[in-house]
Amino acid sequence: MTVAELQKTANEIRKGIIKATHAAKSGHPGGSLSSADMFAYLYFEEMNIDPENPKMEDRDRFVLSKGHVAPGLYSTLAERGFFPKEDLLTLRHIDSYLQGHPDMKKIPGVDMSSGSLGQGISAAVGMAVAAKLQGKDYRTYTLLGDGEIQEGQVWEAAMSAGFRKLDNLVVIVDNNGLQIDGKVDDVCSPYPIDTKFEAFNFNVINIDGHNFDEIADALKKAKECKGKPTAIIMKTVKGKGVSFMENQVGWHGSAPNDEQCEQALNELEKVGC
Amino acid sequence: MADVKKIATRESYGNALAELGKENPNVVVLDADLAAATKTGVFKKEFPERHIDCGIAECNMVGMGAGLAASGMIPFVSTFAMFAAGRAYEQVRNGVGYPHLNVKIGATHGGISVGEDGATHQCCEDVALMRTIPGMTVIVPSDDVEAKAVVKAAAELDGPVYMRFGRLAVPVINDTADYKFEIGKGTVLREGTDVTIIANGLCVGESLEAAEKLAADGINAKVINMATVKPLDDELVIAAAKETGKVVTVEEHSVIGGLGSAVCDVLSEKAPTPVLKLGVQDVFGHSGPAVELIKEFGLDSEGIYKSVKAFV
Repeated sequence: MTVAELQKTANEIRKGIIKATHAAKSGHPGGSLSSADMFAYLYFEEMNIDPENPKMEDRDRFVLSKGHVAPGLYSTLAERGFFPKEDLLTLRHIDSYLQGHPDMKKIPGVDMSSGSLGQGISAAVGMAVAAKLQGKDYRTYTLLGDGEIQEGQVWEAAMSAGFRKLDNLVVIVDNNGLQIDGKVDDVCSPYPIDTKFEAFNFNVINIDGHNFDEIADALKKAKECKGKPTAIIMKTVKGKGVSFMENQVGWHGSAPNDEQCEQALNELEKVGC
Repeated sequence: MADVKKIATRESYGNALAELGKENPNVVVLDADLAAATKTGVFKKEFPERHIDCGIAECNMVGMGAGLAASGMIPFVSTFAMFAAGRAYEQVRNGVGYPHLNVKIGATHGGISVGEDGATHQCCEDVALMRTIPGMTVIVPSDDVEAKAVVKAAAELDGPVYMRFGRLAVPVINDTADYKFEIGKGTVLREGTDVTIIANGLCVGESLEAAEKLAADGINAKVINMATVKPLDDELVIAAAKETGKVVTVEEHSVIGGLGSAVCDVLSEKAPTPVLKLGVQDVFGHSGPAVELIKEFGLDSEGIYKSVKAFV
């Protein structure tokens, strides 16, 4: 895909996030929007996956450790053809398979159930270890929030991944700077993030998480790096793409009303895609 | 019982894993710096590449187990009951139970027979915690023979299993020709008509001895080994309760939420019967030799005998 095509895809993913959370009247648009560009690149360029065969044995794995941005993952999976896009409107509804947080038993394309923060990365480490044990070359990707890394288990997992030299594992941190209670560095600062992962023997790459060239380059370097897992720390804007949501902590976990939904979709339409 | 062979079920766990490792290349064993105590070292020696020491990080270990299971392996996650069911409860609940992953939890050092380490390490709540997780199978084997059979059965079952093993060497009681373990099935070890004693873990052997003492007093106790607490053998519990009219449960666990509660859950709904729950009576344990603690908590044959006699 060209950068323009990737931008168009990410924009479609963002529209799905807005429509889904609007229909659900709840959910987490802020972190979904900040991750949308990475989602687009992973699912449309990077990962070896097959929407027709979601359980393909040697597929690359993805674990959404920041499980609350399920709308971002679901919109991406729908855009990629794992399930119908119109199903996004059933998000969080009582008769829907699209649970509030990812459910691997119900949702095609979801490789691990997640939602309780700090736990997904451990499962991703387990998957990477499994690939090594089985002599398989699939890769495992996991996306964490910058607030999420306050969880101690993240560092248990990081220590384990670094120690085991899991070069088939990519840990991505969505550094949008905000968590429920405010700025991450006001609540309980995780900074510096990069040197923490470096200290756990990771290959660390800092990027702008809205720049596709940088995303592509980082994931390429991750593949080339042998003997170490890679951590990509991506600086992002929470709520990216919707003016009134950008950098606003209130949009971490609240849904747009009718008017806000319309405005958000209008803005995303104007991006020209 | 000096002439009876004794072995701790944690030893059986390690030995069974080593055997299983030969049969199934997908079996992988995880530990958290306690391989020497959980006895998985036997497996590690034979299959070093399939033994993963996660260090002192139980929550991550359970999560790794989930990832391994999701990738087709059969992980046996091993640590003390306190840390497997206690510290990592939420990881077991959300990471293993909710997606119903094929993770086997080998929890050693269950109950007060941990002994000298004291209350911080004597987990008497694990069965209660694990029982509450939908789809979780919970098994407390009574001796070496059963513990090995449980490990094998757990490997064959597709789904999460919590197995509780003990630190203390206990007599082998199931080395009979017709012994067969089946998940969800209790075993009648002794027939009787006056009272039913339902026990698991090391309390089974003690209950059998207690039944002999009761017999000398003219009380015929039926003794059931109920290794699987979940799913419980409802049918056997109900039939025995109806037959004997009184039930005593015996477990090395809190009387809140464990085998006694599981039995009461069934009987209160389907066959109301007076039940006496023997176990740890809503208190913490303390340091001391395991055998003496078992005695102090009334879970040795003499204690069980006295409690049952007073109840009947």
